[in-house]
Amino acid sequence: MARKLKLRIWRGDATDGGLKNVEVEANDGEVVLDLIHRVQATQMGDLAVRWNCKAGKCGSCSMEINGKPRLACMTQVSSFPEGEEITVTPLRAFPVIKDLVTDVSFNYRKAMEIPSYEHPKNLAPGEARMEQIDVERSQEFRKCIECFLCQDVCHVVRDHEENKKSFAGPRFFIRIAELDMHPLDMLKNRKQKAQEEHGLGMCNITKCCTEVCPEHIRITDNAIIPMKERVVDVKYDPVRWLGSKIRKREGIV
Amino acid sequence: MTSLEKHKYDVVVIGAGGAGLRAAVEARAAGLRVAIVCKSLFGKAHTVMAEGGAAASMGNVNEKDNWQVHFRDTMRGGKFLNHYRMAELHAKESPDRIWELEVWGALFDRTKEGKISQRNFGGHEYPRLAHVGDRTGLELIRTMQQRIVALQQQDAKESGNAESHIKVFAELTITEILKENGKIAGAYGYWRENGNEVLFEAPTVIIATGGVGKTFKITSNSWEGTGDGHALALKAGANLVDMEFLQFHPTGMVWPPSVRGILVTESVRGEGGILTNSLGERFMFKYIPEVFKDKYADNEAEADRWYLDQDNNRRPPELLPRDEVSRAINAEVKAGRGTEHGGVYLDVSKRIPADVIKKRLPSMWHQFYELAGVDITKEAMEVGPTCHYVMGGVEVEPDTAAAIGVPGLFAAGEVAGGMHGSNRLGGNSLSDLLVFGRRAGMGAVEYVKKNPTATVSEKAIADAAARIEAPFSRAGGENSYSLHAELQEVTHNLVGIIRTGKEVEEAIEKIAAIRARSANVAVAGGRQFNPGFHLAFDLDNMLLVAESTAKSALLREESRGGHTRDDFPGMSSKWRQVNHISSFDGKNVNVKAQPLPPIPKELFDLFDIHELEKYMTPEEIVKGGSN
Repeated sequence: MARKLKLRIWRGDATDGGLKNVEVEANDGEVVLDLIHRVQATQMGDLAVRWNCKAGKCGSCSMEINGKPRLACMTQVSSFPEGEEITVTPLRAFPVIKDLVTDVSFNYRKAMEIPSYEHPKNLAPGEARMEQIDVERSQEFRKCIECFLCQDVCHVVRDHEENKKSFAGPRFFIRIAELDMHPLDMLKNRKQKAQEEHGLGMCNITKCCTEVCPEHIRITDNAIIPMKERVVDVKYDPVRWLGSKIRKREGIV
Repeated sequence: MTSLEKHKYDVVVIGAGGAGLRAAVEARAAGLRVAIVCKSLFGKAHTVMAEGGAAASMGNVNEKDNWQVHFRDTMRGGKFLNHYRMAELHAKESPDRIWELEVWGALFDRTKEGKISQRNFGGHEYPRLAHVGDRTGLELIRTMQQRIVALQQQDAKESGNAESHIKVFAELTITEILKENGKIAGAYGYWRENGNEVLFEAPTVIIATGGVGKTFKITSNSWEGTGDGHALALKAGANLVDMEFLQFHPTGMVWPPSVRGILVTESVRGEGGILTNSLGERFMFKYIPEVFKDKYADNEAEADRWYLDQDNNRRPPELLPRDEVSRAINAEVKAGRGTEHGGVYLDVSKRIPADVIKKRLPSMWHQFYELAGVDITKEAMEVGPTCHYVMGGVEVEPDTAAAIGVPGLFAAGEVAGGMHGSNRLGGNSLSDLLVFGRRAGMGAVEYVKKNPTATVSEKAIADAAARIEAPFSRAGGENSYSLHAELQEVTHNLVGIIRTGKEVEEAIEKIAAIRARSANVAVAGGRQFNPGFHLAFDLDNMLLVAESTAKSALLREESRGGHTRDDFPGMSSKWRQVNHISSFDGKNVNVKAQPLPPIPKELFDLFDIHELEKYMTPEEIVKGGSN
């Protein structure tokens, strides 16, 4: 059943912009992205929005819906009470390019700063043996679809442009955790680097990132907190500190 | 206009899905400078949507598996219309391509011995698909993306410039592939962000643009699947082969309407999901074709036993190749035995415990729960066919992925044709793009050795620029969104899953009419991130693709794989001997028949002669292979 719905869409670019009111038809089972597409096809042919798969798998249609960072393709229109206006705005933590499209290049620069996976030198292709239980810890983080909602919501950078230089953000903390927990990765001291070079210490565990994650990755509990704890362990436990120096590797927890 | 942005590279890769990235890695490994151009952000390519896995005969779960068995399955799945050499290379090389991903950090699910786990899939004789739950495509694209980053980090260390050898040009649309003196000279396009134009001068272009799903109304494809590479190749003078073959995946979501077409992975059936109609009948037993009778169980008891003992039982018919299952579902719905929303039921809840479903099919659970309000651990899903994959594509030389007829042009992945014949097996796509992505990269490396430079003429630049500007200067008043919707109606109704000659003729006329009107598409607004403007170019590409598909479909008077003609329901061994080749004369797509390359004796001999008799003419059987 179709109903008329009031939608407020932020339109503009880096220089100026504001909310525009539109009325649009909504059918049963539709998501916010459907409404935006309908507006695009019938009222605003040049309305800019990113999207790809429309199935919650690619992480392209990230925006803020009634102030909350969300994927437009996974936000059911029926989740809003009848009569409530739906307001869609671009991600706040990143510079606007046009309308709902923002410049997310910050994230790609950060990706470049994280040291890559290092495969054991003598382990030929096909020879790797890993237990399922051991790969599952990293697999949780590899579910990340890079929607950058966690980066957007994180208050360390959300309204603090100045922190962006020294803070990689939740998406890249789980990337570091994933590599750190990878059963075969050879690069050591990833946790220390997270602390010293990527701003892990600036996170004060408010769990906003975990809340907005559409993949339900337990970013704070499974990646950030364990890394923080182990960094502290190694730093302040004299035996572990010595061990890390002697064996030239991290203390074993 | 301000001064034109110009770049010089050895290779321009169009498309940053699995095939494009794998090609770039290979070309970079040989020291070439590579531009990767994609319409979306880096890492968003349609490859992420692949769910089930990548087929490779590693033999980790059943050691009887080997390349010969995989080759046979692939040829059977494609109803022997495959280019034998592509199927052979693919079967032989895919294990190495999967293992290589592990060296780059991929984390596949494991067997008890700690090897890469492999799962069952339609048409594969043994468990063969390397997978990560039901998000294998994401693992693959992320691994390739991170491999590119790792190489860039190496370059940064060595030269101080991360982009010295590989640069990703994200959100850039290529509108033209440029040639000089009959050879590739580069590509032309524009930044989506601001509409500014870009020239790439390069002796090689690798097309890896994926599929054409957006030509159809109900599709599992993302917006990017607009056949850009197919159309760019045609316009550059390359051929498309067998464009009549479209794979309608049997299980797309059918409700709610906004998610209609979104894929429900075949793994649901591989893990034990069964298909039933509104009467509760497990109907697939009625639809086992003659050629598959000895491999598929004709009763429930045996089908159920197969999950426990695969050596002594035949497979459940839910695991027939995709074309067979799609046609069966279509027939059930047409006969009035469909569900409320026009699909059939797919149920995994009665066979597998809830926690196992959530572990093995996590994104399916998520997708149904959040988008349809259905808990698949308790209820059945409603599913129906959705346009998923195009078997047809650029005609290439199998070993090098070089496009036939255009020196310097290469194509790999879904955009290339031949590999899958008339129907692709699930899992053969992820392995295809790795195997032939690498080969395209190698092909470009060899070519560049003899053709190191390329220069584009001023005239070619001016022409390409004029084409981009055109939609802004038209008074015409056609809207690209409505024309796209009209095209999708035509293809869906007239060149869809079941076709007749009369309907296809009608489609050809209607497509031509839409194309005539598309010359009057006018764009509102400016060049800055303007989707209406972007769609104008996508539409152009989809129209050429649709014309090629319709004209090929009209010629093929038989039913085979992803081409079903109601007026010619049988498969004919005469028609197996020809491919349909599309070319473009500047105005229209022309299609002609071309003999299929004959299969050599050593590959011919891998099959039981009685099986080949079902596909080949008596003369071919007597000849017994080409050498």
